[in-house]
Amino acid sequence: MKTIKDIGIVGYGAYVPMYRIKNSDIARVWGNDPNRVPVKEKSVPGPDEDACTIACEASKNALLRALIDPQKLGAVWVGTESKPYAVKPTSTIVAEVIGATPLINAADWEFACKAGTEALQGALGYVGSGMSEYALAIGVDTAQGQPADALEYTAAAGGSALIVGPASESVALYEGSCSYVTDTPDFWRRQHEHYPKHASRFTGMPAYFYHITNAAKQLCGEMGTEPNDYDYVILHQPNTKFPMAAASMLGVDKEKVIPGLIAPYIGNTYAGSAVLGLAAVFDVAKPGEKILCVSYGSGAGSDAFSFTMTEKIDEVRNNAPNVKSYVGRRVSIDYATYARYRQKIRM
Amino acid sequence: MEEVAIIGIGCTPVGEPWHKSLRNMAVESTWAAMDDAGIDQVDGLVVGNMSSGNFNDQESLGSLIADYAGLGNISAFKVEGACGSGGAAFKAGLMAVASGYHETVCVTGVEKMTDVVGDNATKILANASDREYEAIHGISFVGLNAMIMRRYIHDYNVKREDLCSFPVNSHKNAVHNKYAMFRKEIKLDTVMNSPSVADPMTLMECAPICDGAASLILTTKEKAKEFTDTPVVVKGCSVKVDTIGVHDRKTVTSMNATVTAAKDAYKQSGCTPKDIETIELHDAFSIMGAIGLEDLGFAERGKGARMAAEGEIAIGGRLPCCTFGGLKARGHPVGATGVYQLAELGWNLRGDGPVDAEVGMAQNIGGTGSTVSVTIMGRD
Amino acid sequence: MSVPRHWRENVKRYRLLGSRCNSCGKLHYPERTVCPECKSRELSTYQFKGNGKIYSYTVVWAPPEGYEFCKPYAAALIELEEGEIVTAQLTDCDLDKLEIGMPVEPVVRKLFAYGEAGIIVYGYKFRPIMPKAK
Repeated sequence: MKTIKDIGIVGYGAYVPMYRIKNSDIARVWGNDPNRVPVKEKSVPGPDEDACTIACEASKNALLRALIDPQKLGAVWVGTESKPYAVKPTSTIVAEVIGATPLINAADWEFACKAGTEALQGALGYVGSGMSEYALAIGVDTAQGQPADALEYTAAAGGSALIVGPASESVALYEGSCSYVTDTPDFWRRQHEHYPKHASRFTGMPAYFYHITNAAKQLCGEMGTEPNDYDYVILHQPNTKFPMAAASMLGVDKEKVIPGLIAPYIGNTYAGSAVLGLAAVFDVAKPGEKILCVSYGSGAGSDAFSFTMTEKIDEVRNNAPNVKSYVGRRVSIDYATYARYRQKIRM
Repeated sequence: MEEVAIIGIGCTPVGEPWHKSLRNMAVESTWAAMDDAGIDQVDGLVVGNMSSGNFNDQESLGSLIADYAGLGNISAFKVEGACGSGGAAFKAGLMAVASGYHETVCVTGVEKMTDVVGDNATKILANASDREYEAIHGISFVGLNAMIMRRYIHDYNVKREDLCSFPVNSHKNAVHNKYAMFRKEIKLDTVMNSPSVADPMTLMECAPICDGAASLILTTKEKAKEFTDTPVVVKGCSVKVDTIGVHDRKTVTSMNATVTAAKDAYKQSGCTPKDIETIELHDAFSIMGAIGLEDLGFAERGKGARMAAEGEIAIGGRLPCCTFGGLKARGHPVGATGVYQLAELGWNLRGDGPVDAEVGMAQNIGGTGSTVSVTIMGRD
Repeated sequence: MSVPRHWRENVKRYRLLGSRCNSCGKLHYPERTVCPECKSRELSTYQFKGNGKIYSYTVVWAPPEGYEFCKPYAAALIELEEGEIVTAQLTDCDLDKLEIGMPVEPVVRKLFAYGEAGIIVYGYKFRPIMPKAK
């Protein structure tokens, strides 16, 4: 897929909460081996944080780099599976916070972990078709992991915001994207349930790997490239193993994946995952370098994007905290505090 | 304008009288004051109360109390100034008599805080602050005073122990007061080491949540001679406001409402700080006692706590303060407190208290200094 | 639960919107309709930049009802760059390392919620300044 107008990412911003719980501590509580854990530690939102507050800070950071009047945004779209309200868009609150109201489209998007890139696809279309000069897409989650479940080790919190605008103002030019979607029930949450459910090993080959590899191949086919042609490849990162294995399947060198891989340090930020990886790469990529970003959302599907960095990145990169600043800002908490903050103690 | 005198004083014991309702207490103290004056009717009733609507789901206190006190169709209404409601109600009653509008007026302060449970009382007390810009941040009333205290300690290099001298003094003085809630002395160490409520303010530096009612009967100084040989004459009374939020004050470590009300009261009475022999100070929090002494002109800036630590505010000291236990030990049933203070000052001035004084002062603070009344009374 | 009251304040709480007196230039947070300095009623909206420093603070151990979820937390008087002082909670901070004079920056966080089913009230809090690049 391509757009009619030449567009790109004019601003990006990240946010990760500062609390961390070690995977080894989670393992110890549930009687598992503290040495066999998927990531080192995961981020935990503080008691006064939620997907909305995270989206607000990530968006403000994106505006600090985009340097545009928020009134010029045509859309504020939050992609998340941890909406504070089941009915009442997080996006309207974010839009008010950043000063984008009232002439704005605001809505929340859902597609499990690819809700953020969903919103990005929409924003690219909105701007690329000429409907609006700029649009803001945010991927954010404060994921809930069921106590004692495998996913508890990685269900984390964080988010990243991307502002789409004219190519002339972009830090990364948009070259093309595609979406690859099937009805695959690997991971889901019914309406009134507190925690999601998943289908164990079924979440691997028929779900994550199938969609990510097909989306990547489809996009590269359209672009006339190979996955390993890119300087950076960002993949949805539910843990460390999956993205590295997917990279290997796509023939991508490990070194190209590592700069965008932050799951080992903060866990799986769900709808924030691929877009945070993208922000981490924007923090270090040089003008002219090429980026392939492929998300994955259970249910299931993948969005793939192709970008090329511009000179502008060097001018604005330091206008807001980078991903490393947020990852490096950490306070370790124990399981009891984590259970309190995540409201797992039913009173 | 007529000079006004107090001819009757009455109150209920401060505490947690579970069996007494708000109207029970108000009627009890109203009649105690009328009995003390030797009357069975008044022309007007002014009720001082902070938040009966929230604590007791009851408004219309003027009617309720006049009705249940059997006073018939008199003038009656409530005056509110947060924890300064008592002092404000007194001024309203005073003006009614001084202007010649009414001949005899009863001022009744009443508050029944224990009708709500748990943290509800804290939430209601926060109504005295700026709801949208202070209380909404969960700061709590104690928290606001704790921030004032921290800044005061920072600016004047004051010792925590010195501030803790206020509650120690108040408790000592409450021992003789049969109406006081806490009639036991406490040690400085106990105050210093009590649990932190809002750091650095500890539990024992804060006045308690409690119930009580106090009443005064006012008439003209001339008419007072018909009732008593020991009328207590009001020499000056002023109520002033300041910004509602601490964040909007000109300075955080002084209450301008106290300063201006005091200036006004001194001017009306022709008195200066040197003439004042005893003060019923508003010691809801230890820091308020220190700042109060400075704002009223008795201590230099930053030296109020030192004054307490050196024993100057003790009964027998240079300037006895909180002689019946103050807010900390006699208790602080918020809207009633200002009237309790005037009752206690009245007792001292007419020979029924632990201090033999000719002229004294009462200071009643609403909120964090948003409404302050300063009253000076004497023997003639 | 007062929906209109919070709605009326929400944008001001999100963006630290106060007022500026057109006559004497004084800035106010919270906003005013009458300037307390010169009594002028000609005022315009002013958005505060947000950066400031701690003027005083306290650590709240006995929160009012509805605020227990963050206990213990620090609340502070923050002196903004422009000189105005605002009251707010502090967040993301070490309660043992607070100091008068510490520089802080604004963030939007949950102030409180009316239980599990009522509205959530968001607004400003302040945190120690975060470094930009690591």
